[in-house]
Amino acid sequence: MPRVAHTDPEGERMKKIYGSAAEALDGLLFDGMFIAAGGFGLCGIPELLLDAIKDAGTKDLTFASNNAGVDEFGIGILLQTKQVKKMISSYVGENAEFMRQYLSGELELEFNPQGTLAERMRAGGAGIPGFYTKTGVGTVIAEGKEHKDFNGQTYIMEEGIFADLAIVKAWKADTTGNLIFRKTARNFNVPAATCGKVCIAEVEEIVPAGTLDPDAIHLPGIYVHRIIEGAHEKRIEQRTTRKKESA
Amino acid sequence: MPWDRNQMAARAAQELQDGWYVNLGIGIPTLVANYIPEGVEVTLQSENGMLGMGPFPFEGEEDADLINAGKQTITELPHTAYFDSAQSFAMIRGGKIAMAILGAMEVAENGDLANWMIPGKLVKGMGGAMDLVAGVGRVVVVMDHTNKHGESKVLKACTLPLTGKSVVDRIISNLGVLDVVDGGLKIVELADGVTEEELRAATEATIVD
Repeated sequence: MPRVAHTDPEGERMKKIYGSAAEALDGLLFDGMFIAAGGFGLCGIPELLLDAIKDAGTKDLTFASNNAGVDEFGIGILLQTKQVKKMISSYVGENAEFMRQYLSGELELEFNPQGTLAERMRAGGAGIPGFYTKTGVGTVIAEGKEHKDFNGQTYIMEEGIFADLAIVKAWKADTTGNLIFRKTARNFNVPAATCGKVCIAEVEEIVPAGTLDPDAIHLPGIYVHRIIEGAHEKRIEQRTTRKKESA
Repeated sequence: MPWDRNQMAARAAQELQDGWYVNLGIGIPTLVANYIPEGVEVTLQSENGMLGMGPFPFEGEEDADLINAGKQTITELPHTAYFDSAQSFAMIRGGKIAMAILGAMEVAENGDLANWMIPGKLVKGMGGAMDLVAGVGRVVVVMDHTNKHGESKVLKACTLPLTGKSVVDRIISNLGVLDVVDGGLKIVELADGVTEEELRAATEATIVD
Protein backbone atom coordinates (compact mmCIF):
# COMPACT_ATOMS: atom_id res chain seq x y z
CA MET A 1 0.00 0.00 0.00
CA PRO A 2 1.21 3.52 -0.68
CA ARG A 3 2.23 5.32 2.44
CA VAL A 4 -0.17 8.19 2.00
CA ALA A 5 -0.56 11.06 4.39
CA HIS A 6 -1.98 13.92 2.41
CA THR A 7 -2.40 16.41 5.20
CA ASP A 8 0.96 17.07 6.80
CA PRO A 9 3.95 18.39 4.84
CA GLU A 10 6.24 15.51 5.86
CA GLY A 11 3.64 12.96 4.77
CA GLU A 12 3.12 14.86 1.54
CA ARG A 13 6.71 14.10 0.66
CA MET A 14 6.37 10.41 1.42
CA LYS A 15 3.30 9.82 -0.71
CA LYS A 16 5.38 9.09 -3.83
CA ILE A 17 6.71 5.88 -2.30
CA TYR A 18 4.92 2.64 -3.15
CA GLY A 19 5.44 -0.83 -1.77
CA SER A 20 5.88 -2.71 -5.03
CA ALA A 21 5.98 -2.31 -8.81
CA ALA A 22 2.41 -3.64 -9.05
CA GLU A 23 1.17 -1.08 -6.51
CA ALA A 24 2.99 1.73 -8.27
CA LEU A 25 1.33 0.76 -11.57
CA ASP A 26 -2.13 0.47 -10.03
CA GLY A 27 -4.67 2.60 -11.90
CA LEU A 28 -2.24 3.64 -14.62
CA LEU A 29 -2.32 0.73 -17.06
CA PHE A 30 -4.75 0.37 -19.95
CA ASP A 31 -4.76 -1.56 -23.21
CA GLY A 32 -3.32 0.36 -26.17
CA MET A 33 -1.31 2.76 -23.99
CA PHE A 34 1.97 4.43 -24.91
CA ILE A 35 4.92 3.85 -22.57
CA ALA A 36 8.36 5.48 -22.67
CA ALA A 37 11.03 3.32 -21.07
CA GLY A 38 14.59 4.15 -20.02
CA GLY A 39 17.62 1.95 -20.56
CA PHE A 40 20.27 1.20 -23.18
CA GLY A 41 20.58 -2.46 -24.07
CA LEU A 42 20.03 -4.17 -20.73
CA CYS A 43 21.78 -1.35 -18.85
CA GLY A 44 19.57 0.76 -16.62
CA ILE A 45 16.28 -0.83 -17.66
CA PRO A 46 13.22 -0.71 -15.38
CA GLU A 47 13.21 -4.46 -14.94
CA LEU A 48 10.84 -4.58 -11.94
CA LEU A 49 8.18 -2.47 -13.64
CA LEU A 50 8.45 -4.48 -16.88
CA ASP A 51 7.89 -7.65 -14.84
CA ALA A 52 4.84 -6.12 -13.21
CA ILE A 53 3.42 -4.98 -16.56
CA LYS A 54 3.83 -8.55 -17.78
CA ASP A 55 1.91 -9.82 -14.74
CA ALA A 56 -0.80 -7.18 -15.26
CA GLY A 57 -1.32 -8.51 -18.81
CA THR A 58 -1.91 -5.07 -20.35
CA LYS A 59 -2.10 -5.44 -24.13
CA ASP A 60 -1.45 -3.56 -27.40
CA LEU A 61 1.35 -1.54 -25.83
CA THR A 62 3.44 0.95 -27.78
CA PHE A 63 6.93 1.37 -26.36
CA ALA A 64 9.36 4.17 -27.03
CA SER A 65 12.58 2.49 -25.93
CA ASN A 66 16.02 2.54 -27.52
CA ASN A 67 16.14 -1.28 -27.58
CA ALA A 68 13.73 -4.16 -27.15
CA GLY A 69 15.66 -6.22 -24.61
CA VAL A 70 16.69 -9.80 -25.20
CA ASP A 71 14.33 -12.76 -25.43
CA GLU A 72 14.00 -13.38 -21.71
CA PHE A 73 14.90 -10.02 -20.17
CA GLY A 74 13.78 -6.44 -20.50
CA ILE A 75 10.99 -5.61 -22.95
CA GLY A 76 11.66 -9.03 -24.46
CA ILE A 77 9.50 -10.62 -21.74
CA LEU A 78 6.50 -8.58 -22.96
CA LEU A 79 7.16 -9.74 -26.50
CA GLN A 80 7.02 -13.36 -25.33
CA THR A 81 3.53 -12.70 -23.95
CA LYS A 82 2.54 -10.70 -27.08
CA GLN A 83 1.66 -7.60 -25.09
CA VAL A 84 3.52 -5.23 -27.42
CA LYS A 85 1.88 -3.82 -30.54
CA LYS A 86 4.57 -1.36 -31.60
CA MET A 87 8.16 -0.48 -30.82
CA ILE A 88 9.83 2.89 -31.45
CA SER A 89 13.53 2.07 -31.20
CA SER A 90 16.93 2.72 -32.76
CA TYR A 91 18.33 -0.79 -32.53
CA VAL A 92 16.56 -4.10 -32.01
CA GLY A 93 19.19 -6.80 -32.58
CA GLU A 94 19.82 -9.62 -30.09
CA ASN A 95 16.15 -10.57 -29.89
CA ALA A 96 14.91 -13.58 -31.85
CA GLU A 97 11.26 -13.36 -30.79
CA PHE A 98 11.18 -9.71 -31.77
CA MET A 99 12.40 -10.56 -35.26
CA ARG A 100 9.94 -13.43 -35.58
CA GLN A 101 6.98 -11.21 -34.67
CA TYR A 102 8.22 -8.34 -36.81
CA LEU A 103 8.80 -10.47 -39.92
CA SER A 104 5.39 -12.14 -39.52
CA GLY A 105 3.71 -8.73 -39.30
CA GLU A 106 2.48 -9.18 -35.71
CA LEU A 107 4.64 -6.35 -34.43
CA GLU A 108 4.95 -2.82 -35.73
CA LEU A 109 8.38 -1.19 -35.72
CA GLU A 110 9.33 2.45 -36.13
CA PHE A 111 13.07 3.01 -36.38
CA ASN A 112 14.27 6.30 -34.97
CA PRO A 113 17.91 7.38 -35.05
CA GLN A 114 19.15 7.12 -31.48
CA GLY A 115 19.70 10.84 -30.99
CA THR A 116 16.39 11.67 -32.60
CA LEU A 117 14.62 9.27 -30.22
CA ALA A 118 16.35 10.81 -27.19
CA GLU A 119 15.55 14.33 -28.37
CA ARG A 120 11.93 13.42 -29.14
CA MET A 121 11.58 12.32 -25.51
CA ARG A 122 13.41 15.38 -24.19
CA ALA A 123 11.31 17.69 -26.38
CA GLY A 124 8.03 16.07 -25.32
CA GLY A 125 9.02 16.42 -21.69
CA ALA A 126 9.94 20.06 -22.26
CA GLY A 127 6.61 20.89 -23.94
CA ILE A 128 8.12 21.11 -27.42
CA PRO A 129 5.89 19.35 -30.00
CA GLY A 130 8.43 19.39 -32.84
CA PHE A 131 12.00 20.28 -33.69
CA TYR A 132 14.32 20.32 -36.69
CA THR A 133 17.36 18.07 -37.03
CA LYS A 134 19.89 17.28 -39.73
CA THR A 135 19.90 13.61 -38.68
CA GLY A 136 18.40 11.42 -41.37
CA VAL A 137 18.20 14.03 -44.15
CA GLY A 138 18.49 12.21 -47.48
CA THR A 139 17.63 8.83 -45.93
CA VAL A 140 14.43 6.77 -45.55
CA ILE A 141 13.98 8.44 -42.15
CA ALA A 142 13.25 11.76 -43.88
CA GLU A 143 10.50 10.37 -46.13
CA GLY A 144 7.18 12.12 -45.53
CA LYS A 145 8.66 14.58 -43.07
CA GLU A 146 8.69 18.37 -43.37
CA HIS A 147 12.01 19.69 -44.74
CA LYS A 148 13.20 23.19 -43.96
CA ASP A 149 16.40 25.08 -44.72
CA PHE A 150 18.24 27.07 -42.09
CA ASN A 151 21.44 28.93 -43.01
CA GLY A 152 21.77 26.96 -46.23
CA GLN A 153 21.43 23.54 -44.59
CA THR A 154 18.44 21.22 -44.85
CA TYR A 155 16.75 19.86 -41.73
CA ILE A 156 13.75 17.61 -41.12
CA MET A 157 11.06 18.04 -38.52
CA GLU A 158 10.72 15.41 -35.83
CA GLU A 159 7.95 15.35 -33.25
CA GLY A 160 8.17 15.35 -29.48
CA ILE A 161 7.02 12.21 -27.68
CA PHE A 162 4.18 12.51 -25.20
CA ALA A 163 3.70 9.16 -23.50
CA ASP A 164 0.94 8.00 -21.18
CA LEU A 165 3.49 6.58 -18.79
CA ALA A 166 7.25 6.71 -18.31
CA ILE A 167 9.08 3.88 -16.54
CA VAL A 168 12.69 4.40 -15.53
CA LYS A 169 15.40 2.91 -13.38
CA ALA A 170 17.70 5.00 -11.18
CA TRP A 171 20.35 4.19 -8.60
CA LYS A 172 19.01 6.25 -5.70
CA ALA A 173 15.94 8.32 -5.02
CA ASP A 174 15.22 10.50 -2.06
CA THR A 175 11.72 10.42 -0.62
CA THR A 176 10.68 13.36 -2.81
CA GLY A 177 11.71 11.60 -6.02
CA ASN A 178 14.98 13.40 -6.71
CA LEU A 179 17.00 10.84 -8.67
CA ILE A 180 20.66 9.93 -9.03
CA PHE A 181 21.82 7.49 -11.69
CA ARG A 182 24.99 5.45 -11.77
CA LYS A 183 27.56 5.54 -14.61
CA THR A 184 26.19 4.69 -18.07
CA ALA A 185 22.91 3.42 -16.59
CA ARG A 186 21.62 7.01 -16.85
CA ASN A 187 21.23 6.86 -20.66
CA PHE A 188 17.60 7.15 -21.81
CA ASN A 189 16.20 7.22 -18.28
CA VAL A 190 16.38 11.01 -17.97
CA PRO A 191 14.65 11.95 -21.24
CA ALA A 192 12.15 9.07 -20.92
CA ALA A 193 11.19 10.14 -17.39
CA THR A 194 10.28 13.63 -18.52
CA CYS A 195 7.99 12.68 -21.43
CA GLY A 196 5.38 10.63 -19.56
CA LYS A 197 2.14 12.04 -18.14
CA VAL A 198 3.11 9.97 -15.11
CA CYS A 199 6.60 8.73 -14.32
CA ILE A 200 7.43 5.76 -12.11
CA ALA A 201 11.03 5.30 -11.03
CA GLU A 202 12.37 2.04 -9.65
CA VAL A 203 15.56 2.46 -7.65
CA GLU A 204 18.08 0.40 -5.76
CA GLU A 205 17.77 2.55 -2.66
CA ILE A 206 15.40 5.19 -1.32
CA VAL A 207 17.12 7.59 1.06
CA PRO A 208 15.65 10.35 3.28
CA ALA A 209 15.24 13.79 1.74
CA GLY A 210 18.30 15.84 2.58
CA THR A 211 20.66 12.90 2.14
CA LEU A 212 21.48 13.51 -1.52
CA ASP A 213 23.63 16.50 -2.45
CA PRO A 214 21.20 19.00 -4.05
CA ASP A 215 23.96 20.02 -6.46
CA ALA A 216 24.32 16.43 -7.65
CA ILE A 217 20.70 15.55 -8.51
CA HIS A 218 20.48 14.19 -12.07
CA LEU A 219 16.70 14.41 -12.35
CA PRO A 220 14.64 16.63 -10.03
CA GLY A 221 11.69 14.99 -8.28
CA ILE A 222 9.17 17.20 -10.09
CA TYR A 223 9.37 14.71 -12.98
CA VAL A 224 8.91 11.64 -10.77
CA HIS A 225 5.45 10.76 -9.45
CA ARG A 226 5.88 7.31 -7.98
CA ILE A 227 8.93 5.53 -6.60
CA ILE A 228 9.64 1.93 -5.69
CA GLU A 229 12.73 0.35 -4.20
CA GLY A 230 13.87 -3.17 -5.07
CA ALA A 231 16.68 -5.60 -5.80
CA HIS A 232 17.84 -5.50 -9.43
CA GLU A 233 19.38 -8.31 -11.42
CA LYS A 234 21.25 -5.85 -13.69
CA ARG A 235 22.19 -8.37 -16.36
CA ILE A 236 25.32 -7.88 -18.50
CA GLU A 237 24.78 -8.30 -22.26
CA GLN A 238 28.41 -8.52 -23.47
CA ARG A 239 30.90 -9.42 -20.76
CA THR A 240 34.26 -8.22 -22.06
CA THR A 241 37.42 -8.27 -19.95
CA ARG A 242 41.19 -7.97 -20.31
CA LYS A 243 43.92 -10.04 -18.72
CA LYS A 244 46.07 -8.60 -15.98
CA GLU A 245 49.49 -8.14 -17.55
CA SER A 246 52.48 -9.14 -15.49
CA ALA A 247 54.67 -6.06 -15.36
CA MET B 1 50.06 -6.68 -49.32
CA PRO B 2 46.84 -4.88 -48.44
CA TRP B 3 46.51 -3.69 -44.85
CA ASP B 4 44.93 -6.07 -42.36
CA ARG B 5 42.36 -5.00 -39.75
CA ASN B 6 44.97 -3.87 -37.28
CA GLN B 7 47.00 -1.97 -39.88
CA MET B 8 43.84 -0.18 -41.02
CA ALA B 9 43.08 0.72 -37.41
CA ALA B 10 46.65 1.93 -36.90
CA ARG B 11 46.40 4.09 -40.04
CA ALA B 12 43.07 5.49 -38.86
CA ALA B 13 44.66 6.37 -35.52
CA GLN B 14 47.00 8.72 -37.41
CA GLU B 15 43.93 10.86 -38.10
CA LEU B 16 43.59 11.72 -34.42
CA GLN B 17 44.77 15.06 -33.13
CA ASP B 18 45.75 16.00 -29.61
CA GLY B 19 42.84 17.26 -27.53
CA TRP B 20 40.11 15.88 -29.77
CA TYR B 21 36.85 14.31 -28.63
CA VAL B 22 36.20 11.32 -30.88
CA ASN B 23 33.56 8.63 -31.37
CA LEU B 24 34.67 5.19 -32.56
CA GLY B 25 32.15 2.85 -34.16
CA ILE B 26 31.85 -0.89 -33.67
CA GLY B 27 34.26 -3.32 -35.38
CA ILE B 28 37.60 -2.17 -36.82
CA PRO B 29 37.02 1.41 -35.56
CA THR B 30 37.06 0.08 -31.98
CA LEU B 31 40.61 -1.19 -32.59
CA VAL B 32 41.76 2.38 -33.31
CA ALA B 33 41.91 2.95 -29.55
CA ASN B 34 44.85 0.51 -29.42
CA TYR B 35 46.97 2.66 -31.76
CA ILE B 36 46.56 6.22 -30.49
CA PRO B 37 49.95 7.84 -31.20
CA GLU B 38 52.33 8.72 -28.39
CA GLY B 39 51.78 12.26 -27.16
CA VAL B 40 48.26 12.48 -28.61
CA GLU B 41 45.50 12.65 -26.01
CA VAL B 42 42.02 12.01 -27.28
CA THR B 43 38.84 11.56 -25.27
CA LEU B 44 36.61 8.78 -26.54
CA GLN B 45 32.87 9.34 -26.49
CA SER B 46 30.46 6.46 -26.10
CA GLU B 47 27.06 7.59 -27.31
CA ASN B 48 25.18 5.78 -24.56
CA GLY B 49 26.38 8.56 -22.27
CA MET B 50 30.07 8.78 -21.50
CA LEU B 51 33.16 10.80 -22.32
CA GLY B 52 36.50 9.32 -21.35
CA MET B 53 35.97 5.65 -22.17
CA GLY B 54 38.56 3.33 -20.62
CA PRO B 55 39.65 -0.21 -21.58
CA PHE B 56 37.81 -3.45 -20.81
CA PRO B 57 37.75 -4.27 -17.07
CA PHE B 58 39.85 -6.97 -15.47
CA GLU B 59 38.01 -10.23 -14.96
CA GLY B 60 35.78 -10.00 -11.92
CA GLU B 61 35.62 -6.20 -12.08
CA GLU B 62 32.81 -5.95 -14.66
CA ASP B 63 30.09 -3.46 -13.79
CA ALA B 64 26.62 -3.88 -15.33
CA ASP B 65 26.14 -0.11 -15.06
CA LEU B 66 29.24 0.63 -17.14
CA ILE B 67 29.03 -0.36 -20.80
CA ASN B 68 29.90 1.11 -24.19
CA ALA B 69 27.62 1.60 -27.20
CA GLY B 70 28.33 -2.01 -28.24
CA LYS B 71 26.97 -3.10 -24.83
CA GLN B 72 30.43 -4.34 -23.80
CA THR B 73 31.64 -3.89 -20.24
CA ILE B 74 34.28 -1.13 -20.03
CA THR B 75 35.98 1.05 -17.40
CA GLU B 76 36.19 4.74 -16.58
CA LEU B 77 39.22 7.03 -16.55
CA PRO B 78 40.17 9.89 -14.20
CA HIS B 79 38.58 12.47 -16.53
CA THR B 80 35.41 10.47 -17.32
CA ALA B 81 32.05 12.24 -17.39
CA TYR B 82 28.63 10.57 -17.59
CA PHE B 83 25.45 12.09 -19.01
CA ASP B 84 22.08 11.08 -20.40
CA SER B 85 21.29 10.12 -24.01
CA ALA B 86 19.73 13.49 -24.92
CA GLN B 87 22.87 15.27 -23.71
CA SER B 88 25.03 12.73 -25.53
CA PHE B 89 23.40 13.42 -28.87
CA ALA B 90 23.26 17.14 -28.18
CA MET B 91 27.05 17.14 -28.22
CA ILE B 92 27.08 14.92 -31.33
CA ARG B 93 24.47 16.92 -33.23
CA GLY B 94 25.92 20.16 -31.96
CA GLY B 95 29.26 19.49 -33.65
CA LYS B 96 31.30 19.14 -30.44
CA ILE B 97 32.72 15.77 -31.44
CA ALA B 98 35.68 16.41 -33.74
CA MET B 99 35.59 13.10 -35.58
CA ALA B 100 33.77 9.81 -35.91
CA ILE B 101 35.51 6.72 -37.26
CA LEU B 102 32.91 4.28 -38.57
CA GLY B 103 32.57 1.09 -40.57
CA ALA B 104 30.69 1.01 -43.87
CA MET B 105 28.95 -1.34 -46.29
CA GLU B 106 29.20 1.17 -49.16
CA VAL B 107 30.59 4.66 -49.74
CA ALA B 108 29.90 6.75 -52.82
CA GLU B 109 32.13 9.28 -54.56
CA ASN B 110 29.96 12.16 -53.27
CA GLY B 111 30.45 11.01 -49.66
CA ASP B 112 27.15 9.15 -49.29
CA LEU B 113 27.42 6.44 -46.66
CA ALA B 114 25.43 3.21 -46.31
CA ASN B 115 26.11 1.16 -43.21
CA TRP B 116 22.88 0.21 -41.50
CA MET B 117 20.51 -1.77 -43.70
CA ILE B 118 20.43 -4.43 -46.40
CA PRO B 119 16.89 -4.69 -47.80
CA GLY B 120 15.47 -8.18 -47.45
CA LYS B 121 17.96 -9.06 -44.73
CA LEU B 122 17.61 -8.78 -41.00
CA VAL B 123 17.49 -5.10 -40.08
CA LYS B 124 18.67 -4.33 -36.60
CA GLY B 125 18.50 -0.56 -36.77
CA MET B 126 20.74 2.44 -37.27
CA GLY B 127 21.48 3.06 -33.62
CA GLY B 128 23.34 6.35 -33.38
CA ALA B 129 25.04 6.20 -36.80
CA MET B 130 22.72 8.65 -38.58
CA ASP B 131 23.12 11.21 -35.79
CA LEU B 132 26.90 10.81 -35.78
CA VAL B 133 27.41 11.31 -39.50
CA ALA B 134 25.03 14.28 -39.52
CA GLY B 135 26.65 15.99 -36.57
CA VAL B 136 30.35 15.37 -36.03
CA GLY B 137 33.07 17.54 -37.52
CA ARG B 138 34.73 14.89 -39.66
CA VAL B 139 33.65 11.40 -40.74
CA VAL B 140 36.33 8.82 -41.50
CA VAL B 141 35.24 5.43 -42.79
CA VAL B 142 37.34 2.32 -42.23
CA MET B 143 36.39 -0.67 -44.35
CA ASP B 144 37.51 -3.32 -46.81
CA HIS B 145 37.68 -1.92 -50.32
CA THR B 146 35.71 -4.83 -51.80
CA ASN B 147 33.08 -7.26 -50.50
CA LYS B 148 33.57 -10.99 -50.19
CA HIS B 149 32.57 -11.45 -53.84
CA GLY B 150 35.36 -9.06 -54.88
CA GLU B 151 32.92 -6.28 -55.81
CA SER B 152 33.86 -2.69 -55.04
CA LYS B 153 32.32 -1.05 -51.97
CA VAL B 154 33.63 2.33 -53.13
CA LEU B 155 30.96 3.27 -55.65
CA LYS B 156 29.69 5.96 -57.99
CA ALA B 157 26.41 5.79 -56.07
CA CYS B 158 25.32 3.70 -53.10
CA THR B 159 22.86 0.91 -53.81
CA LEU B 160 21.87 0.36 -50.17
CA PRO B 161 19.68 2.68 -48.07
CA LEU B 162 21.77 5.61 -46.85
CA THR B 163 22.92 6.40 -43.36
CA GLY B 164 23.81 9.92 -44.46
CA LYS B 165 24.07 11.98 -47.63
CA SER B 166 27.46 13.51 -48.55
CA VAL B 167 28.84 12.92 -45.07
CA VAL B 168 32.10 10.99 -45.55
CA ASP B 169 35.35 12.99 -45.60
CA ARG B 170 37.94 10.22 -45.85
CA ILE B 171 38.00 6.48 -46.59
CA ILE B 172 40.68 4.25 -45.11
CA SER B 173 40.46 0.84 -46.75
CA ASN B 174 42.71 -2.19 -46.88
CA LEU B 175 44.12 -0.77 -50.13
CA GLY B 176 44.80 2.80 -49.10
CA VAL B 177 43.41 6.21 -48.18
CA LEU B 178 41.04 8.29 -50.32
CA ASP B 179 39.48 11.69 -49.75
CA VAL B 180 36.06 12.80 -50.91
CA VAL B 181 36.66 15.90 -53.05
CA ASP B 182 34.80 17.82 -55.75
CA GLY B 183 34.08 15.46 -58.63
CA GLY B 184 35.04 12.21 -56.94
CA LEU B 185 37.71 10.60 -54.79
CA LYS B 186 41.35 11.58 -54.53
CA ILE B 187 44.02 9.03 -53.69
CA VAL B 188 45.92 10.19 -50.61
CA GLU B 189 47.97 7.13 -49.89
CA LEU B 190 48.43 3.52 -51.00
CA ALA B 191 48.71 0.64 -48.56
CA ASP B 192 52.18 -0.89 -48.41
CA GLY B 193 52.77 -2.96 -51.53
CA VAL B 194 49.49 -1.95 -53.20
CA THR B 195 49.82 -0.29 -56.59
CA GLU B 196 47.69 2.57 -57.82
CA GLU B 197 46.42 0.28 -60.59
CA GLU B 198 45.24 -2.25 -58.04
CA LEU B 199 43.42 0.42 -56.04
CA ARG B 200 41.85 1.90 -59.18
CA ALA B 201 40.75 -1.55 -60.35
CA ALA B 202 39.01 -2.17 -57.01
CA THR B 203 37.27 1.21 -57.09
CA GLU B 204 34.04 1.84 -59.00
CA ALA B 205 33.92 5.49 -57.99
CA THR B 206 35.47 8.25 -60.08
CA ILE B 207 39.04 8.93 -59.07
CA VAL B 208 40.22 12.49 -59.68
CA ASP B 209 43.75 13.83 -59.65
